Amino acid sequence: MPHPLERRVIFQHIDEPGYSPDLACYLRQGGYAVLRKSVQRPPAELIDEVKRSGLRGRGGAGFLCGLKWNLVDRKSGKPIYLIVNADESEPGTFKDRYIIHQDPHQLIEGIMISCYANNVKQAYIYIRGEFPHGARILETAIAEARAANFVGPNICGGAYSCEIYVHRGAGAYICGEETGLIESLEGKRPYPRIKPPFFPAVLGLYQCPTIVNNVETLCHVKHIADIGGGAYAGIGTPNNTGTRLIGVSGHVQRPGYFEFESGKITLGRLLHEVCGGPLPGRKFKAIIPGGSSSKILRCDERFKIKQKDGTVLDWGYEDIPLDFDSFAACGTMGGSGGVIVMDDRVNLVEALGNLNAFYAHESCGQCTPCREGSLWMKKITARMVHGEARVEDGELLKNVADQIAGRTVCPFGEACSWPTQSFVQKFGDEFKAYAETKRQPRPVDALTLV
Amino acid sequence: MNLKPETLQRIDEVITHYPVKRSAVLPLLHLVQEEQGYISREAIEWIAAKLELQPINVYEVVTFYPMFRQHPVGRRHIKVCRTLSCALNGGYRTCEEFEKEFATQRGAISPDGEVTIEFVECLASCGSGPAVMIDDDLHEKVDCAKARALAAQIKAEAAARTK
Repeated sequence: MPHPLERRVIFQHIDEPGYSPDLACYLRQGGYAVLRKSVQRPPAELIDEVKRSGLRGRGGAGFLCGLKWNLVDRKSGKPIYLIVNADESEPGTFKDRYIIHQDPHQLIEGIMISCYANNVKQAYIYIRGEFPHGARILETAIAEARAANFVGPNICGGAYSCEIYVHRGAGAYICGEETGLIESLEGKRPYPRIKPPFFPAVLGLYQCPTIVNNVETLCHVKHIADIGGGAYAGIGTPNNTGTRLIGVSGHVQRPGYFEFESGKITLGRLLHEVCGGPLPGRKFKAIIPGGSSSKILRCDERFKIKQKDGTVLDWGYEDIPLDFDSFAACGTMGGSGGVIVMDDRVNLVEALGNLNAFYAHESCGQCTPCREGSLWMKKITARMVHGEARVEDGELLKNVADQIAGRTVCPFGEACSWPTQSFVQKFGDEFKAYAETKRQPRPVDALTLV
Repeated sequence: MNLKPETLQRIDEVITHYPVKRSAVLPLLHLVQEEQGYISREAIEWIAAKLELQPINVYEVVTFYPMFRQHPVGRRHIKVCRTLSCALNGGYRTCEEFEKEFATQRGAISPDGEVTIEFVECLASCGSGPAVMIDDDLHEKVDCAKARALAAQIKAEAAARTK
């Protein structure tokens, strides 16, 4: 059962008894009515609805969807492609999985409306390799939709035609980066492309204009086309419109996936009311609020937020509203909505060691600062945990991280250095004391993270 | 290369999904690996010829993506999520439990040939960790007890097969 604080739009039918991923069930719920209506409207009108809605991309960057669509080169004469980014691989993020597995037709309807609005004739769903059942569910759903004239030639009996194919990845995180994804879809190693000139909107898949949107984003488009961009903008808060899928993992009583109006509830209410607070006898220590790359928050830290009128708000983590702008004001990001909670059992050196191993494994190796830097950060934290730790290791880690961000082709450079920078900045004492920590007997409840 | 007629049919079909044949490298690798268990040198050359590429164009893909392998694995492939959310809930212990159950180490085929156990990075099931995939199936909240139960199931299936 959804929590009373939730407002479920995208997740309306997730875990609903009797709801199944087949077309018949979707049609019983009024499915594809919005597509039917949409293909009767001029495509430009739908783009305007999305612009009016203020929809921000749900993959992590929070880029305005309408603006992304606006940047598409429509004069080149080349075909325009739409790619659905279903690579969901940011650690801590697990929302698209439920849409794909339980409500695939909602996604397909959103894709078809977006394709029609942008005059796209071919869409690809790039789904991570670790969702083999998800890929089969989507293929079955597309086949059903094709047979019912919602995908393929002459959609809903009109002149518009568009095909969707599912393309499986093979376990590489970097394929979530849109230009890496495009290279992967072209059958290559997913080395992200340099921008400029390779902005997907101009030179994307096969050097054609390409839109890459996250699964959740495209589901929102369906609801925007349904209720109108103005009405949608009334949900949530200004500049952070609509609802937001949030996943909570780690040390809370009730982890899980939720949907809230953006900015309408705080991180404190999420973790204490919705998720039941810390485990018995434990205290929250640190929170990673928007996927593993987002900068960590200390649970005893205060945030001074300057308002437009000059007043300053004094927030603890409990006071941060769940939206893009509030997390940005606190020096981190809402990112992909994946909240990872750590309690007082966790040693932050070891938690960073875990993340550094992830980033070293996933760096594509194209840019030297990232390839070498992510590996060294992993080696240093691994040495601290399994070998010898030195007082100056925190400084050394920061020194490496500071030389990566801003010096790479893609945002992976930032993604891999933000954890190290923020962990060392906020838990510097723990890094300095780690050699001493290791000399003490290991607490019985200590966790193995590296 | 000997591939089943259905696989060959699926290969020819999937190539039509793309305006450029090279895009079918990943789908073809998946289809071949599903049938043969791993990607052999012969398979790399066959796929390259099929898509009018050089073998290096396929080889560089095989060596980059973690899910493609150039060697066989055990009958069942156990992939334990190593990343933070699962580790916070005991992912490392889960993995060790599987290793103990099958008297093997990560990355190797168990002595009885039944399983290969591996750590993998985030499986996007962070709210119900530790997450484990056995072949194509996801298992959630796999603590040590559940790991033992899953291991017992695999062993029982193996015993039934050899009878």
